[in-house]
Amino acid sequence: MANKILEVKDVKARVEDNEILHGLNLTINEGETHVIMGPNGAGKSTLGNVLMGNPKYEKISGQIFFNGEDITEAGTDEIAKKGMFLSFQNPIEVPGITLSNFIRNAYQNRNGGRIRLWDFRKDLENSMKLLSMDPSYANRDLNVGFSGGEKKKAEILQLLMLKPNLAILDETDSGLDVDAVKTVSEGIKAYKEKVGGALIIITHSTRILESLDVDYTHILVDGKIVKSGDATLVDEINREGFEKYITK
Amino acid sequence: MKEKTYVEDIDRSLYDFRNEDKDAFRLEGGLSEEIVRQISKEKNDTDWMLDLRLKSLKIFNETPFPQWGPAIDGLNMDNIVTYVRPKDNKMTADWKDVPTEIKDTFEKLGIPQAERESLAGVGAQYDSELVYHNIKKEVAEAGVIYTDLESAIHGEYGDMIREHFMKLVPPTDHKFAALHGAVWSGGSFVYVPKGVKVEIPLQSYFRLNAPGAGQFEHTLIIVDEGADLHFIEGCSAPKYNVANLHAGCVELFVGKNAKLRYSTIENWSKNMYNLNTKRALVEDGGTIQWISGSFGSHVSYLYPTSVLQGDGARSEFTGVTFSGAGQDLDTGCKVIHNGPNTTSYVNTRSISKSGGGNTFRSSVNINPKAKNSKSSISCASLMLDSESRSDTIPAMDIRTKDADVGHEAKIGSISDETVFYLMSRGLSEEDARALIVSGFADNVSKELPLEYAIEMNNLIRLEMKGTIG
Repeated sequence: MANKILEVKDVKARVEDNEILHGLNLTINEGETHVIMGPNGAGKSTLGNVLMGNPKYEKISGQIFFNGEDITEAGTDEIAKKGMFLSFQNPIEVPGITLSNFIRNAYQNRNGGRIRLWDFRKDLENSMKLLSMDPSYANRDLNVGFSGGEKKKAEILQLLMLKPNLAILDETDSGLDVDAVKTVSEGIKAYKEKVGGALIIITHSTRILESLDVDYTHILVDGKIVKSGDATLVDEINREGFEKYITK
Repeated sequence: MKEKTYVEDIDRSLYDFRNEDKDAFRLEGGLSEEIVRQISKEKNDTDWMLDLRLKSLKIFNETPFPQWGPAIDGLNMDNIVTYVRPKDNKMTADWKDVPTEIKDTFEKLGIPQAERESLAGVGAQYDSELVYHNIKKEVAEAGVIYTDLESAIHGEYGDMIREHFMKLVPPTDHKFAALHGAVWSGGSFVYVPKGVKVEIPLQSYFRLNAPGAGQFEHTLIIVDEGADLHFIEGCSAPKYNVANLHAGCVELFVGKNAKLRYSTIENWSKNMYNLNTKRALVEDGGTIQWISGSFGSHVSYLYPTSVLQGDGARSEFTGVTFSGAGQDLDTGCKVIHNGPNTTSYVNTRSISKSGGGNTFRSSVNINPKAKNSKSSISCASLMLDSESRSDTIPAMDIRTKDADVGHEAKIGSISDETVFYLMSRGLSEEDARALIVSGFADNVSKELPLEYAIEMNNLIRLEMKGTIG
């Protein structure tokens, strides 16, 4: 039997006074790819933030286990060090540190110990090539002045370099043109092949899923998972939309 | 809900030093002519220097304390008397007497061994001489003079010094310039001859090793036509002083088409009143670049001034000021455009936390003869909590019709979203905040030589210690 990497048990969470997740349950095994779809405002991004321990989102009840450990109250940096990764919908610009130094810094923070500079550079170079990123981005300040597409690629670059065992991709495909979606999708595929980590792909559209093998699909409506199925559920949503899952 | 995040002030008391013998040296009353004459004798002054000291003393006694800036009523004038008393060698302690915490702090900051020792005023003589000779060897062949001011006055550059000394910052300028004129001690003299470009930066901290020389030191730099110099003033470590006043003076003369970059990272102990005066005179086509980082001190009044005298002269000022609990730092710069086609560019950042106060004060004068001049000022403030204060006071006096002048001010705080982003990659909250603050201050760190940039980032890191979530 496969090992559970993530177990979300009846989690309720709110931002300020608005309860957004109303008792969410989700179980993910090692190496699985889960897709979370749902209408605007259903709580998809909230789920990513709650899992990653964003202090802006308060957990009211329920528990989250990661690799069998209770991380419900853990800090964001602790969760990251345990191997969870969140690709941001809107990556933040941080002047004063280059993309390359930031990734190296983060790598050493997560894994402890130093990485050989030569190995790191080689790995970074290859990963950037895979993502069709101009090598000059490595020496630019983190996300500063990057286009929307380059910011998303930089997130996937971090995914490839940091090698987490669970990655949450929050609308990584939004705002990207067809070619960029394809490139990003290649990057995600490479992550699956090389690292074999589990994935939660939060998305509105299905373009990013075309070249990936999806194990499960979940429909999130009004802060709850209302339907789970296999990859065919994605096609169903494509044809019919969310309408039948929305209770008025 | 999580608790609101506070950024705690680091305990700076470790920089404080109690001199048990202090009372033994205390003199009654204020600064007297007798004391000034004693200093002069001790320094083996020339006659003109003694005259200047006495004239300055008179001006000092007649000039009122400034009333327009941060409060300086905590200034202990008795300490100044104590300090300026000649032969007061007990002012600086033996390195072995320096408390372990301070040594540890130096370790954390990565302050070079030579500088650590010079801070305690012991063993530095040997070390600094060594360094001095190294520098001398590199640049002496090109005719560059780099020596201490006191002995230079008696040497072949005596007339040159007399011609320039306190001409740019006359004792009449303000009360503390007068005080400086009366009791100045220690400092550097640099002369770069025509057309000589000094490739490596000259660094001053190795020269500030005489007992207490960091208090009223005078720096005089003359960069001749077409020459090029980068001078680094090393107040880069937490200074550890008995007297609580620093009233140094920096006079810079930038010749035709010459270029001078003057970099400073100041980190005085938090009981210090830093009332320093820095000024540059720039001739035709010359450039002065000020790189300035102010971290320590209780109160600072610091406004490096550029007098753009010649046609096409240029001034660039890049600064950062970091103010924490108990600090009121009034910093900025002044530019006086006298020549035509002159340009000034100002880019400052200020960071305040734990109730610290920052005032950015600038003044730009474009005089009638300064046709076709340009000035651009941009200042940004970062507030780490709501109890801190940040003010901006830009003054402009434009007397031409064709001046191109711009001013831009921004104020902000650290966004929770950025902290979350960095933490989601495994950085601790403290590291995330330090990284954001370092990034904010990178206008200065990018301009510094690598080892100084690292030291400055270490200082920021140290200031950010104690961040709790």
